[in-house]
This record gives sequence, C-alpha cells and structure tokens, in this order.
Amino acid sequence: MAGDQGDPASGACGTGPATAAARPERLAVAFSRLLWGCGVKVPAGAAMTYAEALSLLGLSRLSPVYWAGRATLLTRPEDVGAYNRAFAAFYFGDVARPDKGVRSGRTLALLAGARDDGERDRDDQTAGRERDGEPAPLRYSHIEILRAKDFAACSADELAELERLLARARLRGPVRRSRRYQPVRRASHHPDLARTVRRALRAGGEPVRRAWKAPGVRPRRVVVLCDVSGSMGPYSRVLMRFLHLVVSGRPQVEAFTIGTRLTRVTRELSVHDPDVALARATGRVVDWSSGTRLGEALREFNERWGARGLARGSVTVIFSDGLDRGDPENLAGEMARLARVAHKVVWVNPLKGSPGYAPLARGMAAALPFIDDFVEGHSLSSLEALAGLVGNE
Amino acid sequence: MSSVPNSAPAPEPEGPAPSRWPVPAGGPDDVRAALERYGYLADEGLATVVYLSLVMRRPLLLEGDAGVGKTEVAKVLSRWTGGELLRIQCYEGIDVAQAVYEWDYSRQLLHLRAAEARAVSTGASITADVEDELYSERFLVRRPLLAAITADPEGPSPVLLVDEVDRADDDFEAFLLEVLSEHAVTVPELGTFRAVVPPIVVITSNRTRDLHDALKRRCLYHWVDHPTFEREVEIISIRAPSVGPVLAREIAAAVEQLRGLSLYKPPGVAETIDWAEALGVLGRTRLDEAAVEATLGSVLKYREDAEKARAAGLGELVRAASERAS
Ligand SMILES: Nc1ncnc2c1ncn2[C@@H]1O[C@H](COP(=O)(O)OP(=O)(O)O)[C@@H](O)[C@H]1O
Ligand SMILES: [Mg+2]
Repeated sequence: MAGDQGDPASGACGTGPATAAARPERLAVAFSRLLWGCGVKVPAGAAMTYAEALSLLGLSRLSPVYWAGRATLLTRPEDVGAYNRAFAAFYFGDVARPDKGVRSGRTLALLAGARDDGERDRDDQTAGRERDGEPAPLRYSHIEILRAKDFAACSADELAELERLLARARLRGPVRRSRRYQPVRRASHHPDLARTVRRALRAGGEPVRRAWKAPGVRPRRVVVLCDVSGSMGPYSRVLMRFLHLVVSGRPQVEAFTIGTRLTRVTRELSVHDPDVALARATGRVVDWSSGTRLGEALREFNERWGARGLARGSVTVIFSDGLDRGDPENLAGEMARLARVAHKVVWVNPLKGSPGYAPLARGMAAALPFIDDFVEGHSLSSLEALAGLVGNE
Repeated sequence: MSSVPNSAPAPEPEGPAPSRWPVPAGGPDDVRAALERYGYLADEGLATVVYLSLVMRRPLLLEGDAGVGKTEVAKVLSRWTGGELLRIQCYEGIDVAQAVYEWDYSRQLLHLRAAEARAVSTGASITADVEDELYSERFLVRRPLLAAITADPEGPSPVLLVDEVDRADDDFEAFLLEVLSEHAVTVPELGTFRAVVPPIVVITSNRTRDLHDALKRRCLYHWVDHPTFEREVEIISIRAPSVGPVLAREIAAAVEQLRGLSLYKPPGVAETIDWAEALGVLGRTRLDEAAVEATLGSVLKYREDAEKARAAGLGELVRAASERAS
C-alpha cells in the first residue's frame, strides 16, 4: 500500500539527482503504488510497462501521461473512476484519501524537472532543491509559470490558454461513507452472496472465490458561492469556468453567484460544453459586476437553501474578495449560521495571493472566525490546490 | 526462417524494430492523423494506445459496447500500414481448425490415392515417405493465427484481428495467450513455427464476459466509449457525406438522447451512420418526428427498444435534439 511507503511523490523525487531515464520509472512505480492503494488491481509488471510508455511519450505534457497510464495500468472500465481520483491526487494534490498524504507540488516538480528538451542545467537545480526538501514546482516551463500567474495580470491569450488547461484538469470532490455496499476485491466482513452465486453459475457450479463487499463512499455535497461583483472582475470569468468544471465534473455540487442578490446557477452550469454553460449562467445572473452585499446574499442562501438542508454536511466554498458594502455584523451572523450546519467552510480570496495581503476588509475580517480554510484563488495552481483542499477531509 | 519447423525454442527477435513495423515518428498525433486519412476519427486516448501498441509491439485489447468502432481500428490499421488483415471472428466453440491451421484432407486423400495407384502399377507398397508427404506444409491450410506467425518477414506486418474474443471459450483464450506470449505455434506433425517479427495484434471484446487477467496483462488496454457529441458529428460528416451539417448535429444529438434511455442495445456509431444514411436517402435536411418514425428501425435494431423510444416520445426526442444541436 502506498500509505506504508509514505508520500509516493516525495519518495520519487527525494533521493537526489536522477538521470532523465530513471524518472519515468520512479514516477510509474510511485503512481502504480498509489493506484493499487486506491483499490485498483494493477497487473503485475504493469508499472514497468507504464514506465516504458512514459519514456516513449515524454513527460512534458500531462495528457499522454494520463492516457498511457490508462492503457498500461487498467484492465477494466470500472477502474477509471479510481484512476481519475488517483491521478488527480498524484498530479494535482486533489486527495480523496487523506491517509495517503500526497502533495501536488512534488509531482509537478518531478514532471517539470523531467523535461528532456535541453534544460539540463535547470534540471540540476531542481534536483538540488528537491534534495533540500523544497519543492520547486512552478519554474520550469511556460505552462508552469502561467499556472502560478495571477489571473488579473494575464493577457487575453494567457487567459484563454489557462482556460484550456483548466478544462483539462479533472477535479474531484470530497467523499463520505455511504450505507450502500459496493463490491470490493479483498476479504471484508461482508460476503457478497449475490456476486458469489453469479460467479459460481458462470463457473458451472465449480467452487469459486467468494466475493466481498464493503461500505462504499459517496461524494459529499459541495456548495460553491461565487462573488461576481465588480471588484471580482478580473477573476469572475475564470472562476466561473472553474465552477463549471466542478459542477459538470461530479454529482452533488450546487453553485450560486452572489452580488447584490443570490442566483442559483447549478442547472445552467451542468451543461457539458463550457461555453454554453457559461453563456447560460451569465445570462441568468442579473447582478453581474454590481456591488456586493455578502451578508444579504448569505442570509438569502441560509434561509432559502440552507434551511432545506442543502448546506448540511456540505463543504461550502465562498469565492470572494470580502470587499463588502453591507453591515459586517450582519455578515458575521450569517457566517455563523452557515458554519453550524456545514461540514467545512472554505473561503477563497483571490487577493490573498498578492504579497503583503492582510484580511483587513471589514467583511473579510467579520467572516474570518467562521472559516475553516482561508485560501488564495488567484491562479490556476492555487485553484488546483483548492481542489485538493476541498477533497481533503 | 519463420516457416522452417524447429522444435527448439528460437531466441526472441532482437535489435532495432525491422522496418516493416510502422513506427509513427510524430507520436500519437501521427497515429490520429493517419487513422483520420483512412476515415477513422480517434480521440486522444485511442490514438495514444494505438501508438504505444505499435511502438512497444504489444497486442491491443479494445473493449466496449457493440458498434463503437473497435473492429474498424484493425481494419484501418491494415489499410494504413499495408499489412494484410487476418481476421478471426470468434464464436462459441471456435477451435484450432478455424483459428490456427487445418490439414487439407481432400487434397491429402487425392495425394494418397495417386500414391496408391502408383504403388499398384509398380508393384511396390506405400512407404513411410508418403505419410511424411501427407503431413508436409503442402497440405497445411494456414488459418489467420498461423498465417500471422508465418508471414513474410520482408513484407509489411500483417494485422491480426481477434474479433469478439469474449464469445470464444476459455480454452481458446488460453491458447491465444500462449501464442501471443511465444509468438509461436506448434503443429505436432511439423514442429514449431516462430514469428521473426510479431504481427500487429488487435483483440476486441464486447465484454459479455470478463477476459482472463493473464491475457489482459499481455495487452495494452483501452475501453472504447461512445464518441462525444462533437466527435460523432464529425464521424457522420465523413461517413455519411450526403447529410448536411444541421441534420448531422441533430442526428448526433438524438443518438445521444437515445443512449440515455437504457435500451437493450444502445445505438453505436454503426447505427448512427446507418441512420444518417437512411435520412440522407430520404432527402431530409432537418430531423422531424415523421422522419424519425420512418427510419427508427435503422438506429434501434430491436423492436422493444423502438417501442421504448416511442413511449418516451419521438416529438420530444426531436425537440431536445434540435435544441442540443443549435
Ligand atoms: N471513430 C470512428 N470514426 C469513423 N467511423 C467509425 C468510428 N467508430 C465507428 N465507426 C464506424 O462504425 C461502424 C461500427 O464500427 P465497428 O468497428 O464495427 O464497431 P465494433 O467493432 O465496436 O462493434 C463501422 O462502420 C465504423 O466504420
Ligand atoms: Mg466488432
């Protein structure tokens, strides 16, 4: 199990400078181990096949790395879900299994450092930094730089590229145990008789392996409230894309925009095509680029949706710069109500990414005591980290 | 030489890949472009796994619902590489005689008669030589597996298609695994034939049952999904060019809807193309309820499924499709 070995990503990059040829191998082994830990029966020898595939395809782009893994490590479509989760955990730090302790920066560093296009000297630097235990994820390619760049400072072309990158990311949300049983591979306390009988029938009455089941996990509801007021201008568009990705990518996500009022955009954003979804959602929002009344909007949310149980047990994520025209007392009261029912409240503030930021805005200061996680959301890599945080129960 | 019997195991072919194995220099993108030239639109996942299977010389195992384009991959590979397509259509009870080799009994019999006649006229008796002759390569009928193993190493690699392997019995699967691991086939009367260069192998399964882990381990695996909406529109436009762009979108959208109805046999790409052609023949430029009613049989092949679609409402199907398409 990956858990026994600690962090597979750091295991792969913590042992000093590696030859470029060795990197795919360590990457493949570490990832296969994680996948195995997620319950996928990775065939014997498959990690080496994956390593071979990686050295053929190179590591400079993520999608061949993704597809090569599916081709070499999986043998049934049922495992694609687990594969996607493991992949997100490994490459984006989106961890649905906290016990595995995977961190994203390391893997990105590993990937970035493994480029074989003549940036060898930089590779050595990377290796040095890795030895010191300091991940250096965001330095080695155009894309890595872009990932870390503040959306507000990006050109239109860069934003378009980021949106493409964002669309490629697969983000998964948190899970909670469900009472429904699901088939498992290893012996558990619950024999799955129906499946055992089906197996026996197929085998023509011969004795067969017994089948087992265990409580499954089901996704925890995620509620996202996205501030679309004027001050959020540089971020709103990308954040809406992110929202679309989250809403269309997994069940149990509710999305709202907040400005001077609250608008539910879940249905609009559920459409697969991001452009269509965005057009529909923005079409519905009447207070786009308006002022902000966070307290009012939150009260509306608590009363109309929270009371119906929408927020109960959820991970609620608020995207806002906390610049509020309303009464801070009011906001604090509504935050308290929300925090009581939600499993976790995450506040994402794009301004937090700027150097020297302190949460001095009145609204922000009022909300802060009721927040479980206060994070930045100004760049792609911070959004990826956010996805990890939301998944990290 | 491949076709010289030798019972001792020969070493695996080594060194650089002989030129008859296509090695797409530009990676998966090259593969995608090449398949497209032959009328097959592959997504990135499929292009990647095909590329890897060519470069790593591993059999390719494609699983997926009927009609999603698994078999076509092998056909297109054969056209692209110029390698002969050697196809084994699996079914319950398929055996060595259909898949590997068979003795040509009628010709053997003729040969024997002739030998007998000669013996009578010369007053001699039939010798052991005759028996050896009878079981020589002259009388060996090479079925696809043996043909793939013994293909001319100078020519382009043949493409061995083992189609719908889930229909064959376990025994056949085990045998196939052996052949794929050894790249060799043993004919008891003649000895072992060993491939100089392994053939390109594509195995398909509709997954009516699970295949053995050992076989899967040998292969690179890809689950072929139904195409995305946009991809299916493209497929329609290249495979049924008489259909206009608006109708193509509406058809793809309607098929997408139908796949959501939990039908007995959800339409695959094959059905989409059939349907598009049928609507094209009717000269339609837009989808409407009457046209769907008239052509429903070409997209839903089972009566129960057609009834289910009618129960769900063909008018509603058309409306939803045109909204999705616009
Ligand atoms: N991606 C694709 N591009 C072009 N044609 C396709 C594609 N997928 C399927 N087809 C067509 O659909 C039909 C059915 O494909 P086939 O390979 O026989 O399906 P399967 O073997 O999965 O049952 C064929 O006519 C094939 O040409
Ligand atoms: Mg087929």
